Amino acid sequence: MNRFNVIGTWTLFQRESRRFLRVKMQTIVAPALTAILYLIVFRYAMGERQVPGLDVDYFSFLIPGLIMMAMLQNAFANTSSSMIVGKIMNVHVFLLMSPISAAEAIIAFLAAAVLRAFVVGSVLLLVLLPFSDLALTHVWMILFYGICGSLIMGSLGLIGGMWSKTFDDMAMVNNFIIMPLTFLSGVFYSVSQLPPFWQSINAWNPFFYLIDGFRHGFISTGDSDPLQAMGAVAALTILAVISSWYLWRIGWKLKE
Amino acid sequence: MNALEINNVSKIYGNGKVALQDISLTVPEGSFFALLGPNGAGKSTLINILADTVNASSGNVSLLGHDLFLERAWCKRRMGVVPQEIAFDPFFSPREILKFSRGMYGEKADDHWVDELLERLELAEHAHKVTRQLSGGMRRRLLVAQALVHRPKLVILDEPTAGVDVELRKRLWDFMRELNAAGTTILLTTHYLEEAEELCDQVAIIDQGKLITSCPMKTLMGDVASSSLCLSYDEPLQLSDEDTIVLAAFSPRVHDNQLCLTLNKQGTHSDFDAVYQAAKQQLGAPVDVNIRQEDLEDVFLRLTGDPS
Ligand SMILES: Nc1ncnc2c1ncn2[C@@H]1O[C@H](COP(=O)(O)OP(=O)(O)OP(=O)(O)O)[C@@H](O)[C@H]1O
Ligand SMILES: [Mg+2]
Repeated sequence: MNRFNVIGTWTLFQRESRRFLRVKMQTIVAPALTAILYLIVFRYAMGERQVPGLDVDYFSFLIPGLIMMAMLQNAFANTSSSMIVGKIMNVHVFLLMSPISAAEAIIAFLAAAVLRAFVVGSVLLLVLLPFSDLALTHVWMILFYGICGSLIMGSLGLIGGMWSKTFDDMAMVNNFIIMPLTFLSGVFYSVSQLPPFWQSINAWNPFFYLIDGFRHGFISTGDSDPLQAMGAVAALTILAVISSWYLWRIGWKLKE
Repeated sequence: MNALEINNVSKIYGNGKVALQDISLTVPEGSFFALLGPNGAGKSTLINILADTVNASSGNVSLLGHDLFLERAWCKRRMGVVPQEIAFDPFFSPREILKFSRGMYGEKADDHWVDELLERLELAEHAHKVTRQLSGGMRRRLLVAQALVHRPKLVILDEPTAGVDVELRKRLWDFMRELNAAGTTILLTTHYLEEAEELCDQVAIIDQGKLITSCPMKTLMGDVASSSLCLSYDEPLQLSDEDTIVLAAFSPRVHDNQLCLTLNKQGTHSDFDAVYQAAKQQLGAPVDVNIRQEDLEDVFLRLTGDPS
């Protein structure tokens, strides 16, 4: 049948990346500032305390979590805002009319989401690292969780964007699903500090594994079993990407 | 070969609205095709099905011999569509939009063509503005440029001139004519019927989702459009019963002191003389005579009007 539309996919990727590069203040500087604020607040709230159960100081525990949280939120924001703006401004028709297949569109959107997550992640790393003695101990693990996390969130952003009819719908998805899941995922505390009931709830929160695994790449320890977590995250990534591809393909909430 | 062969296409929207009923029509390659119909007839629905923003409920379409629904990417590369609803990406300038659009169709960058389009559609001086700052007419022209940027063989325009001023509309049509002369097939919808009559060599009329007619413009204006003989008298007319009976075959219409009678065609001849003689016999010699030819608008109104 048809050859892969390389130029088309590359163009769409550029379009989706230029969108966030154009508003750097909002997409890169703001998350960095937020992370620094968190850091200052928790620094004084928690002092020099050690994290119970894990043999690390609170600072080294907090920084990777903050970075990953920002990466996840930015990957989500990139695809979801593009989708919802596209729908409301009616420009998504140009995408539907173009000879870009569902797979090509998903690749371009997700690549841009991963790029944004890594640009934000790198900036945060550069800003926050001087405050700690953290090192990129297991780079492959950091990359694995960083990429899988961005893919999952990018896909969820696409699906959320397809589902939403208004900015309000989108804000609802963000405030009632994405924010709680990221905040309750053990960025600010070790889940071993939680009562057993909440621990068992947390075992079902995919964000917990993403953040725990990402942090593991820095501090070589964590709350979950690394191998098991990797398996679960890989499976979830595949599921999320395939779902977004399938929904795009059938034109879910995009075509009459 | 035909640019488009639309076979038995129907569309029922999610809310149960039947927008298209079993539409079949053919757009010959190289033609300048007018798709006409009153508001809500289903024109945009048909175009959106071709553009892949609406799914057909049934039927099939072939584009230059390729199945539109099975070979979407192949067909889309050869097709440029101007949607009826104005849409623009608020992040980018017209030049960027055209570049991205071309890239998304899988074509390598071509700055000359982008410049030419900006020039021809009189957007050159606005090429670096953010689209937000464009006026309504400029946005519509940008949509046209966007549809042409990958040099499609078939251009589909859904009311491209709505909100475009007279002067620019003329120039836009001139440009379309040039493209058509160079071999591009053009299908458009418009509510400016004089323009359609002047520009297009093929015409289809749909109403309430059904095809009323589809034929060359010449055929429609030659065979379907009728002429009337209008006779003016010194004073207001009042037809007697006898007049009405005698002239019945010519469907007489009286307005004040004018009587209009429909001429029937027989091949290349019309029954002008018989009509004139009959009227003269009944009402005497008129003080003035003229022939009124139905234009596209009259035919359109007659074909889409209430059957009553
Ligand atoms: N998304 C939709 N859901 C339900 N009904 C729709 C939808 N879009 C259009 N319709 C209906 O389908 C019919 C055909 O609409 P369409 O837009 O195709 O008409 P049109 O010929 O383009 O009219 P116009 O000249 O006003 O643009 C109308 O009755 C319209 O109300
Ligand atoms: Mg319409």
